[in-house]
Amino acid sequence: MLVNLVMVFIAAILTHNVALTYLLGMCPFISLSKSLRTAAGMGTAVIFVVTLTAIINWPIYNLILVPTGTELIYYIVFIIVIAATVQLVEMLMERFFPVLQVAFGIFLPLITVNCTVLAVSLFMVIRNYDYVTSVVFAFGSAVGWIVAIVIVAAINEKLKLIGDIPSGLKGPGIVFVIAGILALAFLGFTGVANV
Amino acid sequence: MAEKKFKETRSYETIMNGLWRDHPIFSMVLGICSALAVSNTLQNAIAMGAGVTFVLVATATLISLLRKLIPRRVRMITYMVMIASFVIIVDLFLQAFFPDISASIGPYVGLIITNCIIMGRAEAFSSQNPLGLSILDALSNGIAYTYTLATVAVIREVLGFGTLLGYQVTPEGWTNWVVMAMAPGAFFVVALFIWISRTLTGIETD
Repeated sequence: MLVNLVMVFIAAILTHNVALTYLLGMCPFISLSKSLRTAAGMGTAVIFVVTLTAIINWPIYNLILVPTGTELIYYIVFIIVIAATVQLVEMLMERFFPVLQVAFGIFLPLITVNCTVLAVSLFMVIRNYDYVTSVVFAFGSAVGWIVAIVIVAAINEKLKLIGDIPSGLKGPGIVFVIAGILALAFLGFTGVANV
Repeated sequence: MAEKKFKETRSYETIMNGLWRDHPIFSMVLGICSALAVSNTLQNAIAMGAGVTFVLVATATLISLLRKLIPRRVRMITYMVMIASFVIIVDLFLQAFFPDISASIGPYVGLIITNCIIMGRAEAFSSQNPLGLSILDALSNGIAYTYTLATVAVIREVLGFGTLLGYQVTPEGWTNWVVMAMAPGAFFVVALFIWISRTLTGIETD
């Protein structure tokens, strides 16, 4: 059981990285990977929200939607849960942890449209994970996402110092090239763990 | 009264913006997730493009009609629910009539909900414009998204599988570029596309 959980966790970070294998969460990936600081801030917020929504969505799907035969509307339910969670976290943070609010509060509203959040909940349903596995999987996926965005942002920052990027490739173009090379590197992990 | 030339109407302006100038993928870099993930074969790309276009047009119609009734404060969540409802329709349609495609693009159909193109057009265009223009805008954005996806998919499918829409197109003895069928190939092809289109249109970012 424990071995299984560790495997799911490692697979979510290395071999089945949500950003580099499933190509998810790319919009913020492109816009925020200009600096290491914002990348790390967004990543932290993503870890928080992804794990929290998985914790909430699993019981809603398996204890409410499945018994009542309304699995059909799970897209609507999930997206509302995500939007509501983000709003709630934002309000709670403002009230109780103003320091955290300053650190990554500005990234929270953007998270609703980060496909990683919805995707993790959908994968959890498709793969029929039990509750604990789902939570571990969600946490692992989010960690995988932050790992990817932080590495790309760091490379991007250093690259800017050297300069000399063709003008058409500046901005999003070069981020894709870096991400592509990184995805190639992550292919090396194939076989380390399986989902 | 002299009739305005078609080129000077707002409709023309809207269509051109959608199809080329403000191209959703190249110049705005929106809706990238699905563009990368389902562009491994042409069949998937066309299915995804059609799905996104349908959801775009349907939500644009609804939002444009209801734009004066939706309170500003709850507009985001209202749009989300509308989009999600139409995505469910697309998902069920694919499952019923194209089970193969549905199985191969699986969760990415659900992710149309978070495709920023749809939310972006809803917020920037159809929530402020009359019905006709909104539909034109949605349609041209949808078509732009589809043709981009299809072009990327043609390159990736031919190089990665040696086929096009399932038919063998490469000569005997062709070695598949496996990497093209996987994630890195998607990144490289899209990077190349952005490079070319930005050089042609002269868009630059710092």
